[in-house]
Amino acid sequence: MVQETPRVASLVLEMPDWPGHLAGQHVDVRVTAEDGYQAERSYSIASSPEDSRLAITVERLDDGEVSPYLVGELRIGDKVELRGPIGGYFVWRPADERPLLLVGGGSGVVPLMAMIRHRVAINSKTPTRLLYSSRSQDDIIYRAELERLAARADGLTVAHTLTRMQPAGWDGYARRIDLAMLSEVAWPRHEMPLTFVCGPTPLVESVASLMVDMGYDPPSIKTERFGPTGG
Amino acid sequence: MTVQQSDLKLDGNAIGGLLREIFTMEMTAAEGTCSSCGKVHAVGQVEVYMNAPGVVVRCPACGQVQMRIVKGGGRYWLDLSGIRCLEFSSD
Repeated sequence: MVQETPRVASLVLEMPDWPGHLAGQHVDVRVTAEDGYQAERSYSIASSPEDSRLAITVERLDDGEVSPYLVGELRIGDKVELRGPIGGYFVWRPADERPLLLVGGGSGVVPLMAMIRHRVAINSKTPTRLLYSSRSQDDIIYRAELERLAARADGLTVAHTLTRMQPAGWDGYARRIDLAMLSEVAWPRHEMPLTFVCGPTPLVESVASLMVDMGYDPPSIKTERFGPTGG
Repeated sequence: MTVQQSDLKLDGNAIGGLLREIFTMEMTAAEGTCSSCGKVHAVGQVEVYMNAPGVVVRCPACGQVQMRIVKGGGRYWLDLSGIRCLEFSSD
């Protein structure tokens, strides 16, 4: 278990017989209470397909049924029931050489991180930009790793926006993602980028419709929404 | 906190696991033609509401109900009357 932020932790799981996954896929996690009550939720895979262990990153929702258990009570050696990998739409395949724009809000960064880690693991030079919206600096998931990966200067750039609270001297964006921000961060249209947007429904819909307004081809914009029912 | 209907909207990625139970294959990249407006969307793109007793899938273009899926008591009820055609890879 890796504590990523005060509310978010990554669970690293040994998965014997794991069939392998694609970057962007998720798993369904089922937990069963002592009285037999079952609850199931979907979580994005955070690890690269090359990793020997499977990582999922879970945001703890206080009124959730599953996440407080996964983030708070799960102990090493406990078994969880997991189904997957699932998904064939919101996935990045490295054979696709289009430049990547990844736009994430909150824990929506998780499947995008799997893409970034995959890209690094296979030494892909696909030009990649991540635009990542968080509430505050403390809420940025994978902050140190993103900083380290961007410093390699191998074609990955990372832009942050902090929507609620910014530390003194913050030089990133400080507002919700808007047209001006996307115009600065997105690849020019003629480069025919592939865009992945993942986050809460309002963010995803706003970014996707702005991108369409900016003239990007709708099929090149792939979206995945996280809902409050995710708990 | 007031929950708005729009906050409860997810997309077809959220039912990838459920659809795989039913179709025994990966379905989020499958493409469905809306029986109302005729537009084609990948299953990953459609609007999904999971806060009902079952799952309700709507067309992102026209809002037509495309699928209703109920699972319970060891059975599935699958209403696909809002989809004219569902096309997917046989691999």
